Amino acid sequence: MRFLLRRAGFFVLTLWVCITLNFLLPRLMPGNPAIALMAKFHGRLNPAALKAIEVALGVNVHQSLISQYGAYLHNLATGNLGVSITFFPDSVSSVIRGAILYTLGLVGVTTIIAFILGTLIGILGAWRRGGWLDSLLPPIFVITSAVPYFWVGMLLILVFGIKLHWFPYDFAYDPTLTPSLSLSFIGNVIEHSILPAVALLVTSIGGWILTMRNTMITTLAEDYVKMARAKGLPSRRIMLDYAARNAILPNLSGFAMSTGFIVGGAVLVEYVFNYNGLGYLLVQALDSEDYPLMQALFLLITVAVLIAILLADIVTVILDPRTRAAR
Amino acid sequence: MRTGQAERLDPGWGEQAGGPVLQVRDLSVCYHTKRGDVLAVDNVSFDLARGEFLGIVGESGCGKSTLLFGIAQLLSPPAAITGGSVRFEGTNLVDLGDRQLATIRWKKISLVMQSAMNALNPVKTIGAQFTDAMRAHGVTGRQEIADRSAEVLRMVGIDPQHLRSYPHQLSGGMRQRSMIAMALLFTPDLVIMDEPTSALDVVAQRSLMIQIKELQQRLGFAVIFVTHDMSLVSHFSDRLMVMYAGQVAELGATRRVFDNPRHPYSAGLLEAFPSIRGPKVDLTGIPGSPPDLARPPAGCRFAPRCPIVVDACRQEPVDLRHLGDVLVRCIRADGNGVVPGD
Amino acid sequence: MAMIFEAAAAQTGGQFPGATEPGGSAPRAGQAVGRIWKAVRSNGKALAGIILLALFTLLAIFPWAIAKDNPSAEIYKPSLGPSTAHLFGTTSYGQDLFAQAVWGTRETLILAVVSGVLSTFLSVIMGLAAGYLGGAWDSVLNFITDVLLVVPTFPLLIIIVAYLPGVGVPGLIAVLVVTGYSYGARQLRAQTLSIRSRDYLEAARVRGERRLYVIMVEIIPSMTSLIVATFLGTAVYNVLAAAGLQFLGFGDPSSVSWGTMLYWAENNEALQTNQYLWAIVPGALIALLGAAFVLINYAFDEISNPALARVPVTRTRQLNPIYRRLRANRSS
Repeated sequence: MRFLLRRAGFFVLTLWVCITLNFLLPRLMPGNPAIALMAKFHGRLNPAALKAIEVALGVNVHQSLISQYGAYLHNLATGNLGVSITFFPDSVSSVIRGAILYTLGLVGVTTIIAFILGTLIGILGAWRRGGWLDSLLPPIFVITSAVPYFWVGMLLILVFGIKLHWFPYDFAYDPTLTPSLSLSFIGNVIEHSILPAVALLVTSIGGWILTMRNTMITTLAEDYVKMARAKGLPSRRIMLDYAARNAILPNLSGFAMSTGFIVGGAVLVEYVFNYNGLGYLLVQALDSEDYPLMQALFLLITVAVLIAILLADIVTVILDPRTRAAR
Repeated sequence: MRTGQAERLDPGWGEQAGGPVLQVRDLSVCYHTKRGDVLAVDNVSFDLARGEFLGIVGESGCGKSTLLFGIAQLLSPPAAITGGSVRFEGTNLVDLGDRQLATIRWKKISLVMQSAMNALNPVKTIGAQFTDAMRAHGVTGRQEIADRSAEVLRMVGIDPQHLRSYPHQLSGGMRQRSMIAMALLFTPDLVIMDEPTSALDVVAQRSLMIQIKELQQRLGFAVIFVTHDMSLVSHFSDRLMVMYAGQVAELGATRRVFDNPRHPYSAGLLEAFPSIRGPKVDLTGIPGSPPDLARPPAGCRFAPRCPIVVDACRQEPVDLRHLGDVLVRCIRADGNGVVPGD
Repeated sequence: MAMIFEAAAAQTGGQFPGATEPGGSAPRAGQAVGRIWKAVRSNGKALAGIILLALFTLLAIFPWAIAKDNPSAEIYKPSLGPSTAHLFGTTSYGQDLFAQAVWGTRETLILAVVSGVLSTFLSVIMGLAAGYLGGAWDSVLNFITDVLLVVPTFPLLIIIVAYLPGVGVPGLIAVLVVTGYSYGARQLRAQTLSIRSRDYLEAARVRGERRLYVIMVEIIPSMTSLIVATFLGTAVYNVLAAAGLQFLGFGDPSSVSWGTMLYWAENNEALQTNQYLWAIVPGALIALLGAAFVLINYAFDEISNPALARVPVTRTRQLNPIYRRLRANRSS
């Protein structure tokens, strides 16, 4: 329990650091991009939008830093993330709302599949050391983990999209359709997400397989595995209950940490496929210097990663009784 | 090949009804390493009678643990049995496949390891690990499992409520005893113990040994007890085997070996102990270190460190010889004990 | 009573029976490197990785020997396919792709190595200091590292680079190092913590050695394999992250590197306009460079797992007699 409380504390503290970072960065940058931005948009935006930018970037120096910070926190708490410049006059939150499901679907599903599949293959590979699984797969996946996500995406577009016309490779859904909950629309979405998903899967699964395999091999050398053999337990039971159950523990936190990397990969993959999820939004925001949107996206992504880590910690507490011991 | 060594290898015990429970003949275990093959266990043979307590002593690296796991068919690569047989109640374990071995494991032969903290699965409760073993051998009734688990824990003096505890929640001594309790779930014929007391303090060691001996006499199982602590095991063992560099150096009834060691190595070991009673004597150690088993010396393996070595010792490998009712691997040992100092 | 064997042997000046090595001394950095080299030579993966790396290094140092053209010169007919004159064809601007690929090696490799070295350096300092100094130092340093570990690096990179337009390669390196050191620091800290209480470090402390001495002479050499592994891992990460950023248009798009090649390829719709090689070649090269590092790292894992990772058991010869007796007494 204390372990969880400590982790929750870390969660809150890190969140606070990111929020503050978000707040401070534009104000710290040399040359104050805000002024340049204001100049750029001065004639083209109405006063409300300008005000939004001011608040986001702290241009209005009539307020002290502390009260600006207070206003910023207040805005965050009430869900007022500002107005997007790229998609003016839409608010940032509505823009995000339109894209978040696609990214959650793509990244979430891919990560889970990669984790489960990768872990299983890693377990089996380590269990049958010297078998074909173990000698073939590691070198292959070692190389695939060094391949850039987006390049794999480009290859997939080339082969399966352009040459073979098997899958669509642009956007999250056919732009002529309007989003709805109908089966045909959902089917369309799934169709459009196959290539990006494969790109993400192929590059991230290698890492899982290898780390699981390595921890599994170390675990198999432990005395309690020998003891399990001595007890005459069936092979599968030893592999899963004694070896895998222990081998997976150090990997859980690694899993959570790496969601950060996966998110990064997702940004690039979405860009390559013009897949209108959060990653694509981020790049668009970048191009049009849409600071409110950028800040909000960054914060959102960080929160997502932090939640993933907290979840992994909870699962660790459930699976590892030693963490429940009072220190 | 020295398979010619007599079938009735061991003097003394073994003439009981039913024959010996374990017969090891010329067992050899080899580690295949990049530096070459290392023969960690070299043609070891001995018999074990029903209910007998055999202590195997030797320094680290002499092969005693390897011998133990070789007997139990629990070796992992790069170690492998390269010769010999292990007959348990008539069946050669070396020939058996995994599935056949599984029926014998734990029901007839069980294992106690050195560190319970490492030998018990840290993420399962003690009770769950007991249940595992019982379910694997056809005991499925929940009540039956619960009753038997509680019963064995009580046998070693632990409150059965600890079945719900995880290994890290128990003290060292309790962990060790629960491991022993687990080993007795099916009242096996043979319990193999690999230095079970080494991780404990002196007081706990002794009480654990007493408990083991008491259980052994009550339930009648045979014990092979591997340790480097000769003095501790000699209080409890029926016979003592001294190993050196992968070979049996001396084997015989405990009292004989302890009171009157024939092999210079055994003698050296005993002289290294101070005695609590008796006159103060200077401790003497054994200079040098064990040979590199990848390239064992040509003659007697103990020759480089032996206080009574002569040229003949270095010429040829030495066989085990009967000396009264003790087996000794030394050409200079005679009926009255090792020739005293030069 | 139990340790009588050991005590007996110690008193006669021999070693503890069963010590793993007759010499019983810590693998000095030189010895460790020697063993590493020998192990590497016999491992196929490591060999492949090193050969690749060597090839790329050669290309980076002597690009003019392989590619005759100026990579940025827009002097050829645009969008040509592969031919003997242009091994990979030309870009939409009439530049020779082969020349770009070869000359691009330099910038990519420099980026990878420099940021790798700096990042590893930072990891060592942060990780070791936190682990060894403990207490308040540990809490603060560790917290900083943990936060940087958790914050998703790529979005952070994007944000930082967005606020600093025109930052160029040095800026890219700085940003990569600051965001990428945390993983290695964490591992080094964990390793430092686990060996901190080992006897030979206690012995050094009892001898009165200064902390810096202990860190430099005792701890770091025993972690050579972990440090090398950290460097290799960071190098891969940096190669991929830098390529990603350049692909999006950061750094300096007018410079020649594999990442920028991809940027221009994407901007000119190379895939849709049948100019595959423009997109495929730089990506493949990035993958190969990354693979070289990863192969070496993987082989390292295999080698170091049983053999090198272990810290020496004892160093009887170096211990002074008082300490030895203390130890013998303590264990009997």
